[in-house]
Amino acid sequence: MRAFTFERASSVEAAAKSVASNPDARFIAGGTNLLDLMKLEIETPTHLIDVNGLGLDKIEATTDGGLRIGALVRNTDLAAHETVRRDYGLLSRALVAGASGQLRNKATTSGNLLQRTRCPYFYDTNQPCNKRQPGSGCSALGGISRQLGVMGVSEACIATHPSDMAVAMRALDAVVETVKPDGTIRSVKIEDFHRLPGDTPHIETVLERGEFITAVSLPPPVGGRHIYRKVRDRASYAFALVSVGAIIQSDGKGRVAVGGVAHKPWRLEAADVELPKGAKAASGALLAGSRPTEQNKFKIDLVERTLGAVISEARG
Amino acid sequence: MTYASTVSMKVNGERRDLEVDNRTSLLDALREHLHLTGTKKGCDHGQCGACTVLVNGVRINSCLTLAVMHDGDEVTTIEGLGQPDNLHPMQAAFVKHDGFQCGYCTPGQICSSVAVLEEIKANLPSHVTVSLTERTRISEAEIRERMSGNICRCGAYSNIVEAIVEAAGTRA
Ligand SMILES: Cc1cc2nc3c(=O)[nH]c(=O)nc-3n(C[C@H](O)[C@H](O)[C@H](O)COP(=O)(O)OP(=O)(O)OC[C@H]3O[C@@H](n4cnc5c(N)ncnc54)[C@H](O)[C@@H]3O)c2cc1C
Ligand code: SF4
Ligand code: FES
Ligand code: FES
Repeated sequence: MRAFTFERASSVEAAAKSVASNPDARFIAGGTNLLDLMKLEIETPTHLIDVNGLGLDKIEATTDGGLRIGALVRNTDLAAHETVRRDYGLLSRALVAGASGQLRNKATTSGNLLQRTRCPYFYDTNQPCNKRQPGSGCSALGGISRQLGVMGVSEACIATHPSDMAVAMRALDAVVETVKPDGTIRSVKIEDFHRLPGDTPHIETVLERGEFITAVSLPPPVGGRHIYRKVRDRASYAFALVSVGAIIQSDGKGRVAVGGVAHKPWRLEAADVELPKGAKAASGALLAGSRPTEQNKFKIDLVERTLGAVISEARG
Repeated sequence: MTYASTVSMKVNGERRDLEVDNRTSLLDALREHLHLTGTKKGCDHGQCGACTVLVNGVRINSCLTLAVMHDGDEVTTIEGLGQPDNLHPMQAAFVKHDGFQCGYCTPGQICSSVAVLEEIKANLPSHVTVSLTERTRISEAEIRERMSGNICRCGAYSNIVEAIVEAAGTRA
């Protein structure tokens, strides 16, 4: 790990300014992704700003009947929150499907959204990777691509976003609240938050340099059955090959978001519309125009079957 | 600003003041600075659970957190849970049920399992919890799922589960 200086943020504004003024500075929240990558020197910040002491660890009802989740709320606490369990069960289910108890006790809402890909070549510093080293090439194309993306991929990168929580947030239409270094605040819809790789796979979100996430808010609850199904190589403590998060109403209508297929949680309105017709129709719409590799084309069938299981569970 | 910091933590009930390179993980601070070598380093990347300790009563992977981020915190390691002549009930249950072979993962397993019972008591949900709105109950399935962050290369899992069930005081 490279040496770095360390500071505890005194305010959101000071933290944002501090990162904006030093291109090699980073916020640190739970540290479970950043420190992992720093040990491998994939991330090499020269300055860390600890944002844990800013009081952003509260979950509050909003005036419109929704919920505002502080950026530093731990994954464990979010999954266990009474309102989340009752009204946004999909979010609890997605959270507890991720990582381990120990990791969820540290991992934060903002850090989870910003965790980086698990593409094996991103981690293998001996291999080219456009995300780790822009312009060096993509080893996954023509390499081991079983885990990687099938939707919205580019010639430069076929990585996926590994978060379970983000899939639920996409289905719930969450909004990411931020503060920029100049003090302006903005709200970014979760659908616009993560970017597709295009030819700049190293730029993963719409956040600007120093822009700080203060909270994620959820609109008022929509009812329905909340189901999260994750398919992986072992029954626990593994990233998803494919995951399906759905909210299904008693009339069969609903919404569905899928993880493990793209650089962002994947949801399309056209697929939601098809949902009452069943898994084949909905997953056909969701994965229209897919560009799988020989090794990951199984994901197309897997999404359909997993969605089928989710729909039967909702009916059952 | 410098590349080192001072931290003051309460470790196993005793106040410890440390001067650490900012890069020092909590795990290395415990092992290399405080010579509390009970806590083990398996992967150093959050993938095995050997480094599990309790911070303010909550289990975390000490390899994926910086010592400088724990100023003022209370840390409990396996040495603080119990000693050879004064075993914690979970330690005694692991001995009784042979919840290990080589023992390398064991301190992490024990710290984790002590916290797991607290987490179930506090009604935190897990991936196998049937209903999110009813009380979570202790069961073998709950214990297995909640312990999945602790890998055992020797595969002592079934005895580990038996030990935890016994320590929970429940026949699940
Ligand atoms: C072994 C292992 C298994 C895992 N399995 C899963 C899994 O199955 N599913 C899953 O979803 N995840 C999994 N994870 C990933 C885990 O969920 C993430 O590491 C965690 O959510 C990151 O949160 P953090 O608070 O620790 O982030 P940090 O590491 O602190 O930060 C991550 C990034 O976010 C930035 N950041 C943090 N907070 C803010 C903010 N408020 N504003 C702006 N930037 C910010 C940081 O600068 C950093 O770049 C796993 C991790 C490990 C190590
Ligand atoms: S898929 Fe993306 S992250 Fe993986 S090697 Fe290619 S560029 Fe790197
Ligand atoms: S050493 Fe920390 S999880 Fe493996
Ligand atoms: S007892 Fe050997 S690794 Fe678990």
